Amino acid sequence: MGDTLFEQIGGEAAVDAAVDLFYRKVLTDESISHFFEDTDMDAQRAKQKSFLTMAFGGPNNYTGQQLREAHAPLVAKGLNESHFAAVAGHLQATLQELGVAENLIEQVMAIAASTHDDVLGL
Amino acid sequence: MLTALLRHEVDLSYSCKTGVCQTCMLRASKGEVPAYSQEGIKKTLRAQNYFLSCLCKVEHDMEVTSPNDADLFSSATVRSKQLLTADICSVQLEIATPLFYHAGQFINLRKGRRLLRSYSLASLPQQDDYLEIHVRRLKNGKMSNWILDEMQVGDDIDIEGPMGHCFYAPESIEQNLLLIGTGTGLSPLLGITRDAIYHGHKGEIHLYHGSHLEDGLYNQQRLLEMQKNIVNFYYHPCVSGAVQQSDYASGRACDVALKDHSKLQNWSVYLCGAPPMVNATKKLAYLSGARLEDIHADPFQLTDLRSQKREK
Repeated sequence: MGDTLFEQIGGEAAVDAAVDLFYRKVLTDESISHFFEDTDMDAQRAKQKSFLTMAFGGPNNYTGQQLREAHAPLVAKGLNESHFAAVAGHLQATLQELGVAENLIEQVMAIAASTHDDVLGL
Repeated sequence: MLTALLRHEVDLSYSCKTGVCQTCMLRASKGEVPAYSQEGIKKTLRAQNYFLSCLCKVEHDMEVTSPNDADLFSSATVRSKQLLTADICSVQLEIATPLFYHAGQFINLRKGRRLLRSYSLASLPQQDDYLEIHVRRLKNGKMSNWILDEMQVGDDIDIEGPMGHCFYAPESIEQNLLLIGTGTGLSPLLGITRDAIYHGHKGEIHLYHGSHLEDGLYNQQRLLEMQKNIVNFYYHPCVSGAVQQSDYASGRACDVALKDHSKLQNWSVYLCGAPPMVNATKKLAYLSGARLEDIHADPFQLTDLRSQKREK
């Protein structure tokens, strides 16, 4: 089948199903929640949505440079390897909870991992 | 732009500085207005290049002027003023031309040329032929002190609005409603509750009103009366300071409410009060399962102005 990862995973509906699960996990994880606390929760949720869309292989306009610039203030606040791993863990748990097939989860995690250096400013 | 104008001591009205209250609205006579600075402004005013100076980042030359009075303001007359507690009063305003609004939205009141403040509407347009607002005396609050001390029945005052997105949605008729407010944050919640009841709301309606001291729990008789008559309406007065009477819940309204209702899937939540309480409760309500689009709050409500430098 020539279906893209985004189509196989369920497209925008999958993003919608995942975003609240994911954002709630992140907000309740005290080791990382301070990076996600924003008085404008709607804007913050929208950011999580575009992140998931990208990780699910969906249409996005992210460039490495943008990811780098967007995360630079967080790196300055101490964002590091352990935080990156924690977010990746919540992403994986979200997908498992939604019953996404393991081989698709692997592909999503690979995309997420590919942002590592840009997110951490390495 | 607002920051720059204030730095140069331009005499300008403003309040929330976050694009909600619209008191810092200006009109551009020259230069392009960025679309994001017109968010929430009425279409007809947008077309005349009105914009919010607090949101506008100046990227090129612009010429701006004060709003044209007739575009924004209409006249209202004070119909009654009733003291509810030592420092809270209820004001009813009569309007010459009917205002189309939802209970829970807010209006701006103007005194003189420059003094502008926002107050939420407790009245219900389908039932009341007047506007009702609740005003609490704020330390150094020019408008609130004037209203409580000097304003008389029969006085004319300019109003602008309505504005804001915190109001009842009739399509949520089956949902349970959780309304949490402190101080005069009760005003919009009272309006929203009355609107829900008017629409024959089917879900439960829980109103938590919080105050530090018991005497801040105003409108109790009215709310107890409503509770007696409306089978699905529950009034929960909360006192965060020392409690004398046992019929009040002890603790902050937001804590009591979320303890009573820890699972908020498919609830609609309304929050009115000081921004730190509103923001913290919004997060907790979301984590308790409420969808973000079902959590309603106009975050500028009761912005603490005590430490803010005001116009001369």
